[in-house]
Amino acid sequence: MSDRLTVVGRSVQRSDGVGHVTGRTRFAADHTFPGMLHLKMVRSPVHHALIRGVDLSEAEHVPGFVRALTWRDVPHNVYTILGLIGVEPEEEFVLAQDRVRYRGEPIVAILAETEAAALEAVSKVRLDLEELPAVFDVEEALAPGAPIVTHWGSNAFMFEGHPFRRVRFGDVEAGFAQADEIVEAVYNSSPIEQAPMEPTGCIAVPEAGGRFTVYTNTQALYFSLDNTAIILQVPGKRLHFVGGTVGGGFGGKVDVIVEPIATLAAMKTDRPVRYVFSRSEEMQVSSTRSAWRIRIRDGVMRDGRIVARKVTSYADSGAYSRQTPYALTKHAANAAGPYAIPNVWIDAYCVFTNRTPSSAMRGFGVTMASFALEVQMDRIAERVGLDPWTVRFVNAYRNGDVKPHRKVVEDATLIETMQAAADLVGHELTDEQRAMTSAPRDGGAGGGGGTAGREVAGGRGGAAGREGAVGSGSVGTAEGGR
Amino acid sequence: MASVVVSFELNGRPAEVLARPMTTLQSVLRNQLGFTATKEGCRQGGCGSCTVLVDGEPMPSCLLPIEDVAGRRVTTLEGITPIDGLSPVQQAFLDGNGFQCGYCTPGMEMLATALLERNPSPGRDEIVEALGGNICRCTGYQPIVDAIEAAAGAASTGER
Repeated sequence: MSDRLTVVGRSVQRSDGVGHVTGRTRFAADHTFPGMLHLKMVRSPVHHALIRGVDLSEAEHVPGFVRALTWRDVPHNVYTILGLIGVEPEEEFVLAQDRVRYRGEPIVAILAETEAAALEAVSKVRLDLEELPAVFDVEEALAPGAPIVTHWGSNAFMFEGHPFRRVRFGDVEAGFAQADEIVEAVYNSSPIEQAPMEPTGCIAVPEAGGRFTVYTNTQALYFSLDNTAIILQVPGKRLHFVGGTVGGGFGGKVDVIVEPIATLAAMKTDRPVRYVFSRSEEMQVSSTRSAWRIRIRDGVMRDGRIVARKVTSYADSGAYSRQTPYALTKHAANAAGPYAIPNVWIDAYCVFTNRTPSSAMRGFGVTMASFALEVQMDRIAERVGLDPWTVRFVNAYRNGDVKPHRKVVEDATLIETMQAAADLVGHELTDEQRAMTSAPRDGGAGGGGGTAGREVAGGRGGAAGREGAVGSGSVGTAEGGR
Repeated sequence: MASVVVSFELNGRPAEVLARPMTTLQSVLRNQLGFTATKEGCRQGGCGSCTVLVDGEPMPSCLLPIEDVAGRRVTTLEGITPIDGLSPVQQAFLDGNGFQCGYCTPGMEMLATALLERNPSPGRDEIVEALGGNICRCTGYQPIVDAIEAAAGAASTGER
């Protein structure tokens, strides 16, 4: 069978490899066009302020200045990236209108013949700002009397009528009442910048027939195209986005930040427009991984079993939501960890503050949950006097278990992964731990645990049916069964 | 400030440009001459993605005023790429996946080329030391160091 596979199990040269090692790969900013204008942004120097006035008179006299764009030039100035999948309300300003909510928020786009002229004109724009109190902590932002960041009067994103994404499973208070020990801790993380080597940027080029080609390094080409169409109020067929070559992203390039305003500028001037972040913009302005605060309260038995887990999480969305509500939903689905816990309560808040908007970064929503949960598991082990491996084996979920958000576990590999990890680091497992598998607790069939040689029994309802359909984690099985 | 004419050697051929003083070599290469293998990562000498060779020495082209390269020999990645195939360093990066996104790769390869020119069989610690000024955010550096080691090995055994 394996001789029919032409890729699996073999090293294959990447299709873009020769381009990368010869430098012939064209990244977005490697394109250049005759008559290309340079766009630079006037940004808020403060974290939170009312905009009382913008004076362009001096900037307009800089040699090479072409024109400025303000919010009045943007057809649909208030948008939400995830509006494409139904997330509401629209809340981010392409260009700030009457208020700035984070340091670095764009206010005026300057177009000039050269980059130097654009930078000089930016420095000549006079802003009249009335600074407002700012908030940088998720719990302070939710406290009464906190400065309100959003334009609708609350610093909590609303999930289907609730100011948090919630999960309720079993009776967590009854679990705490029966527990031998209560283990409680709070975990904090800072925002993290993805810091790709290639700064975020694009070049928008007017074409014949009212169309625009946009060379961009976005990680989300169609998301960017669709949001640009909404913001500019043009049909998508007028936009041609060219991408796929990203000089590092790590989630930092999934937001729609440079394309709408660069395309608008190309429309207004009928010239190619280049809008590429400087390194300082990349660090200060582009979305980060959210800062998190995660409070965990666990009810634990002396044998290491967790009988109740209550998680209250706060993700700092910064001034706008971007992809953070989505992160909170993923977070809520994973906040109990890969463990079978009968009683779980999760409140996960997406909080607006005056920090740089946060968004996607590698596993966002889950990464910080895993950090908090695994440190918590070690703390539990310490409290009940067991070794950390044992606490994890005792609580590990199995196929057929129901997760707190009512998803049946189908593809558990925690036990097998821990067994493999123990071998790699030379940790002695007990015979009982060595004999464990992710197979369902009642001995029936479950999802593919990937355990070699494990019999796949039939006739145990939905989970067993799925096992037959997907095979046990091996392409070979699926192919053989066809 | 009036523009000046600067003559230098670029990839073995004579080059002559008109530029304002303090225009960087990076800007001249990319924006005037179209040599875009030289990347822009920070434009403050902090990331190494714009590394070129000046008289054989690796330098961040973003910090080099064009007037300072007058009469000197500048080599970019375009200049070390053979008409047919790849240089030993390029081949080793390709074979060993010494890159992921490819953005730091030109700078890394220029650095490696200069290193192997100076020291055909560097130790691993010498390779790591030489890479100190160049940042990669994808690979964790090991595949890059491995590739340079492989390139050195290939050269010493005459494989390429």
